[in-house]
Amino acid sequence: MQVEVSLTVNGAAVTATVEPRTLLVQLLREHLALTGTHVGCDTSQCGACVVHVNGASVKSCTMLAVQADGASVTTIEGLATDGTLHPVQEAFREHHGLQCGFCTPGMVMSAVDLLQNNTSPSEAEIREWLEGNICRCTGYHNIVKAVQHAAAAMRG
Amino acid sequence: MPDAPMTYQIGASVKRREDLRFLTGKGNYTDDINRPGQLYAYLLRSPMAHAEIVSIDTTAAKAMAGVRAVFTGADMAADGVGGLPCGWQIHSKDGSPMVEPPHPALAVGRVRHVGDTVAVVIADTLAQAKDAAEALEVEYKALSAVATTTEATVDGAPLVWEDAKNNICYDWHIGDKAAVDAAFASAAQVATIDLVNNRLIPNAMEPRAALGDFNPATGEHTLITTSQNPHVIRLLMGAFVLKIPEHKLRVLAPDVGGGFGSKIYHYAEEAICTWAAAKLKRPVKWTAERTESFMTDAHGRDHVTHAELAMDAEGRFLALRVSTLANMGAYLSTFAPAVPTYLYATLLAGVYKTPAIYAEVKAVFTNTTPVDAYRGAGRPEATFLLERLVDEAARVSGIDRAEIRRRNFIPADAYPYQTPVALQYDSGDYAGCLDAALKAADYDGFAARKAASEAAGKLRGIGLSTYLEACGIAPSAVVGSLGARAGLFEVGKIRVHPTGSVTVFTGTHSHGQGHETTFAQVVADALGVGIDSVEIVHGDTANVPFGMGTYGSRSLAVGGSAIVKACDKIIAKARKIAAHLLEAAESDIEFKDGLFKVAGTDRQKSLPEISLAAYVPHNYPIDELEPGLEETAFYDPKNFTYPGGTHICEVEVDPETGVTKVVKFTAVDDVGRVINPMIVEGQIHGGVAQGIGQALLEQCVYDDSGQLLTGSMMDYCMPRADDLPSFHVENHTTLCTHNPLGVKGCGEVGAIGSPPAVMNAVVDALKGYGVTHMDMPATPEKVWRAIQAGTRS
Ligand code: FES
Ligand code: FES
Repeated sequence: MQVEVSLTVNGAAVTATVEPRTLLVQLLREHLALTGTHVGCDTSQCGACVVHVNGASVKSCTMLAVQADGASVTTIEGLATDGTLHPVQEAFREHHGLQCGFCTPGMVMSAVDLLQNNTSPSEAEIREWLEGNICRCTGYHNIVKAVQHAAAAMRG
Repeated sequence: MPDAPMTYQIGASVKRREDLRFLTGKGNYTDDINRPGQLYAYLLRSPMAHAEIVSIDTTAAKAMAGVRAVFTGADMAADGVGGLPCGWQIHSKDGSPMVEPPHPALAVGRVRHVGDTVAVVIADTLAQAKDAAEALEVEYKALSAVATTTEATVDGAPLVWEDAKNNICYDWHIGDKAAVDAAFASAAQVATIDLVNNRLIPNAMEPRAALGDFNPATGEHTLITTSQNPHVIRLLMGAFVLKIPEHKLRVLAPDVGGGFGSKIYHYAEEAICTWAAAKLKRPVKWTAERTESFMTDAHGRDHVTHAELAMDAEGRFLALRVSTLANMGAYLSTFAPAVPTYLYATLLAGVYKTPAIYAEVKAVFTNTTPVDAYRGAGRPEATFLLERLVDEAARVSGIDRAEIRRRNFIPADAYPYQTPVALQYDSGDYAGCLDAALKAADYDGFAARKAASEAAGKLRGIGLSTYLEACGIAPSAVVGSLGARAGLFEVGKIRVHPTGSVTVFTGTHSHGQGHETTFAQVVADALGVGIDSVEIVHGDTANVPFGMGTYGSRSLAVGGSAIVKACDKIIAKARKIAAHLLEAAESDIEFKDGLFKVAGTDRQKSLPEISLAAYVPHNYPIDELEPGLEETAFYDPKNFTYPGGTHICEVEVDPETGVTKVVKFTAVDDVGRVINPMIVEGQIHGGVAQGIGQALLEQCVYDDSGQLLTGSMMDYCMPRADDLPSFHVENHTTLCTHNPLGVKGCGEVGAIGSPPAVMNAVVDALKGYGVTHMDMPATPEKVWRAIQAGTRS
């Protein structure tokens, strides 16, 4: 059985025909070729797949594509505007918040959501928020630093 | 502006050039790549740790929608596909070679660990392949299994391989046993320890993947794979498994999402996808689910050790005696036999001038996933053993833990220093690292911090680790004499284009290390060109001449040296061209900052002017020189490199819950010359995080029947952001004396130095309860039980 889903992805209206069991992350990666969103686990633990659905961070491996019908989805590919990096992207670059880059899209999307909710998080709050995003490379030190600097930059 | 002063790149925290693509979702990882007509492979994994495969009925599966093929081990054998080779041969004490069992890509007749691969289903979609795998009927006859290292050698234990008596793969030794025995006989005091180095699962965040393709028109096979060393995969898979000559086999390793050793090895799935693609004349792709990663990525560590340290009355080390059992798993992974021998026992001198050392190592087979190198590989095991034992020596002798280390350090003026276990250290300053670390960690202020913790109902401990490691692997002749079946040189090729921009080809591979930035810094300075004019190419056997890849912290020390050598060749040729263009003697040409100058004059040519002349050779010494400006260098290192340093950890333990938190971590490391401080710090952060993970959180667990109990990220505890503190990292540099950059390597030091620092801190925190040792990981349960069992003194 196939079903049709219509949603907005990075500002553009898209329609796709998927199986009911298709996950949102599969819709993004396999149907829409948005391969910036990654799959790092099969138990909803790693956060490599985090995107925004209607503005809030969601693990896209844990949501069916059909559940996103009618929603507005932002992926890492849609975060920079007109070639200008989002302050969180910029801060990750400036403070070496990434190494292999695999966790990075999910980590950045998660951090952006944190800063939407809390404009000046403490180190402990940052660490706690990012608890659902596993990075095996950085030891989180520079990720935390990047988020702190992004927060300061966004407060202006 | 030829006279503008040049900005040097070496030593600057240049922002990484690879970041933009990763930050905008434009990375190019194996699973991101799709080829037209691509099919999907799904592998059926054994649910049993040890069983006969009585029969496999593929009829129903083959009839299912979308299924293109189902293959088993018999199909591969019928095609003459060979087993996965082992790259290192160890000989036992008695001179006999290790037991080297076959390792078919798909199991034949028997499965030997949970996750062993039984069959592959290839279908139009992954969902179809998975559905069809459910319809495969495999009849197993269960056999009893052996899962733990210590039980493997017990008489009557189930045998993983019939010809490995007591499951022993090899029984190896190193050092002077008689000298050690004599030293123990006259020792004033002896420290003894029994410890386990816990088994770990690497868990690079990108799961392994492979995409095979075949072009019937050219006969060319292509494999895109998540590898740290594509040339090694081409060599092993081409020569031993599929028998495809190099010129018809291209292996690409595009962006790779972390490796930590687990992506060095040649894995079955690479051969299966390449072979099946040729058979079906369609691209075949496989991507691991994380559960498969847990069952099939090579695991790390898993040692059981008894060790004794003989001392004189003043706590000077006289001799070290070590006996280790090391788990190989069910098959020998690519470099597995080398890890508990030449990467472990040769490190047992550490930073100490212990005059006599003897170590024996038995490697054993078990019904578990193969074990191989994981970040540090052998050196973390040696360091953990030594640094725990030295703390025990301090306890036994009543000497302060920093003082007993200092008393036994190899002095800074003793280089080159020959250890009793084969290695010759070229440089280091262990006392300097220790002093810097004690200061940075405010060691003297610990008592006050401990009192403050106690006032808040918490226990506090501090631990030191003064470590050394050997990396930058490795001199080919040396490793060859020790059983390596490959050379460990590296290759660099420099192409200066007609207008002066530069493409660099390296046989090393970056999967997080930032080579595209660091190597560009090296080349920019060597050739005197802007860093934006330099591009680094890696990960493609069709473009890069050759290479052994990235592991053992070798990329800069070995691969960087090859690049420097190739730059030297470019400069030598360019100097000749400059002499011709400037009508001067070659010996009068000086090269500095990208300019070739006639000494004592203002006549000069820039590198772009020279490269243009080389590619448009109208006015050119054509009788003596070939046109073009491109050079290749192979560099074989003269020695290992020897980074070292001091890590200091402070933990706080909640006695009510046993929860242990690292509250302060200080690392002072000597990694040789630092090219990019930002990247080096990042490497150390990551290594320390993995080391703290090993010490407090991570543990691979099999039950007695060989079932993997920690088979997902819900069961295997990965360090998360809220498990770790921020780290204080410093460098205390002595230069490597035998490579042109003076670099030592920084990829593994964090994971090598940190676990004993953490555990020494945990034991220190619990010493009031009579605790003198605890095996890793120090989970809340283990710590709580130790507190309950202990008596507060
Ligand atoms: S892929 Fe790991 S949480 Fe979604
Ligand atoms: S940068 Fe590699 S997993 Fe985070």
